Amino acid sequence: MGNYFKLIALGCTALFAAIAANWGRDPAYILHAMIILGVSGYMFIRVLRSIDEPVKATPHGYMDDVVRAGVIATGLWGVVGFLVGVVIAFQLAFPALNFEVLQPYGNFGRLRPLHTSAVIFAFGGNALIMSSFYIVQRTCGARLWGGNLAWFVFWGYNLFIVLAATGYLLGATQSKEYAEPEWYVDLWLTIVWVAFLLVYLGTIFKRTEKHIYVANWFLLSFIITVAMLHIVNNISIPVSIWGSKSVQIFGGVQDAMTQWWYGHNAVGFFLTAGFLGMMYYFVPKQAGRPVYSYKLSIIHFWALIFLYIWAGPHHLHYTALPDWASTLGMVFSIILWMPSWGGMINGLMTLQGAWDKLRTDPVLRMFVISLAFYGMSTFEGPMMSIRAVNSLSHYTDWTIGHVHSGALGWNGMITFGALYFLTPKLWGRAQMHSMSAINWHFWLATIGIILYAASMWVTGIMEGLMWREVDANGFLVNSFADTVSAKFPMYVVRGLGGVLYLTGALIMVWNMFMTIWGGARVAAPVGIPAE
Amino acid sequence: MSSETEHDIDDVTGIDTTGHAWDGIKELNNPLPRWWLYCLYLTIIWGIGYSIAYPAWPMISGATAGLLGYSTRGEVAQDIARFENANADISAQLAAADLNTLVANEDLNRYAISAGGAVFRNNCSQCHGSGAAGAEGYPNLLDDDWLWGGDFDNIAYTVRHGIRNEEDWDARWSEMTAFDEIFSKDEVEAVVQHVLAISGQPHDAALAGTGSVLFLDNCAACHGDTGTGNRDLGAPNLTDAIWLYGGDAAAIEETVRYARFGVMPPWGERLSEAEIKAVTAYVHQLGGGE
Repeated sequence: MGNYFKLIALGCTALFAAIAANWGRDPAYILHAMIILGVSGYMFIRVLRSIDEPVKATPHGYMDDVVRAGVIATGLWGVVGFLVGVVIAFQLAFPALNFEVLQPYGNFGRLRPLHTSAVIFAFGGNALIMSSFYIVQRTCGARLWGGNLAWFVFWGYNLFIVLAATGYLLGATQSKEYAEPEWYVDLWLTIVWVAFLLVYLGTIFKRTEKHIYVANWFLLSFIITVAMLHIVNNISIPVSIWGSKSVQIFGGVQDAMTQWWYGHNAVGFFLTAGFLGMMYYFVPKQAGRPVYSYKLSIIHFWALIFLYIWAGPHHLHYTALPDWASTLGMVFSIILWMPSWGGMINGLMTLQGAWDKLRTDPVLRMFVISLAFYGMSTFEGPMMSIRAVNSLSHYTDWTIGHVHSGALGWNGMITFGALYFLTPKLWGRAQMHSMSAINWHFWLATIGIILYAASMWVTGIMEGLMWREVDANGFLVNSFADTVSAKFPMYVVRGLGGVLYLTGALIMVWNMFMTIWGGARVAAPVGIPAE
Repeated sequence: MSSETEHDIDDVTGIDTTGHAWDGIKELNNPLPRWWLYCLYLTIIWGIGYSIAYPAWPMISGATAGLLGYSTRGEVAQDIARFENANADISAQLAAADLNTLVANEDLNRYAISAGGAVFRNNCSQCHGSGAAGAEGYPNLLDDDWLWGGDFDNIAYTVRHGIRNEEDWDARWSEMTAFDEIFSKDEVEAVVQHVLAISGQPHDAALAGTGSVLFLDNCAACHGDTGTGNRDLGAPNLTDAIWLYGGDAAAIEETVRYARFGVMPPWGERLSEAEIKAVTAYVHQLGGGE
């Protein structure tokens, strides 16, 4: 019966997409309609061919196929995201790289959101989805709830990424940072995200463990809050149902505040809470040690969740935003310092009694350095939220450096660690194909981050000081172009840092490929599913 | 999978665990690190104090103003007022000064040039370059070749009213004819060769001869019989090596066929009297002032 509903839904979608492809007003919309037509047409045929087939017995054991797909997607999207990042870094250093023949598609302005979305949502998002699927099954002792719904989440989410990325290149954007996709892409993500929440909650409900493990609190808070942020920040009215353009429902400073409430909590819940969930599973597993403090995990969890949501206004110091909101944003950001560090302490102290493993285990080293960068950027963040500091740092490259020490250091390194942890386990190998390649990756990535962050500190602070430099009579000393040309050497250093980081990721993908394809399969102990 | 025991002590640290294990992960029963807790309390206390001192808490209408009476707008206004007060006298002097005798007053002249530099970097450098060397289509202000005149009064007039803009009725105005549909292909080529000839570049002498007649009939009215230009019309001197849009055959042909129409906005409404005089003095002393 369900299959007939599926056929009707898929048929209607395909028909609507065909009409939309014909009547669409702009290239992004038309391309997207054709992609949706292709996907729904393919699914229609697939469902049709399997209709009235005898129902297969519900499989037992953990549902790991979807995690395996997520591991591969994470590695590949990571390389894409880093590559685009390197390209735009050099475009800033050498504007001639915005080649005339590539206009407008290869312009910095269009590639930049492609880079941010590829690393945050494609690389980070796939890492979060696949590891939450892995972790929730292991720590609940239950197979994923909802059967193929998990597959819908995986493919649906990656379809969202393809729609978003092609949309940027063709000029469809609502111009909100980290929320660029247009209205129909947002609607699609909402559906996928609700399915994600259902799979996750369903698995927790049918768990066989008495208690819910701390990693799951973080991952659940990430899923719920991101849903809320995404929906509120993307409320908009399409200009036409046959076009990609939409108009935001909020205007002026309300829109800016909503955007940065969203933007900051994308950092807080996507890149912090979600990744802390990963940390709480992978670090104790890899170290083979118990989590340092249960109490600390409770207190810093609730403090983090409560405080993060108020910190957004610090992105809008000295703007049209009323002073009171700006003060509150700053105060909450500073109180957030210790709750953020709670995660770092709990992670690092978990190594108590296992520090010696750092000498021999490059994967554990990845986790530890990611926690170090996490600690550094969660100190730097509150500091930059202070109004006086912000008046120097805002709009400069310091912000870019801050974001990247968090993204490359914390999110990137912990994801690499998770991929190195999961790949041999999921494909039944004793260990990664090459341990020395992991070492290479570790050092390339670490040096890359240091080049990146250090050059952006120097250039950001220099730029901030040049902007505010006045002579004895109070007249500005530098023109904007003077600051741009002064930054050139640091831009080149930043680009080189990116090259090192990208090289490390390529080595990782090769290593993963060799692990999966080559080598003998070891008899892995079968996970004990609790159904 | 659940393994619950009354007392499960971790061997390495000798600390109790909470007694649960998830996929083999246990949790120690360590207390909150004291330094962490005290730092958290400290930031909370600081936060309460700071939000009393500064505007912070939203009320039904408006928000608490804070005990210090601080506002970001107030802070900026104070900064600006400080400099404006300090410069009030000399700035008024400058606004009233005659630019032609400015050099005599050393202090005032120095002030004008430093103020003018700031005005230039903020408002003019986007087109003329931060070093005022210009770019293709945007005149170089460092040389002594002036389209509309380079004495104080002419520079000030250009700054005040701009060039070929539609916002200011007193803007400097002229418009070159586009000869694309007037000249034949050969005629265009001939005129181009003539311009190459008078600017001392390699050229085809025969063609240039034909071109010189065409030049006299069609171009000389603005650019002058010898091609030295006319400042009243902003018609450039074609006999020197300074070119606004390029001086090779291709660029000259483009100019002859389709003409050029460089625009500069008027700054009279946007800049104060003192700022206009300051930026005039600044541009004048860059090297080419007359």
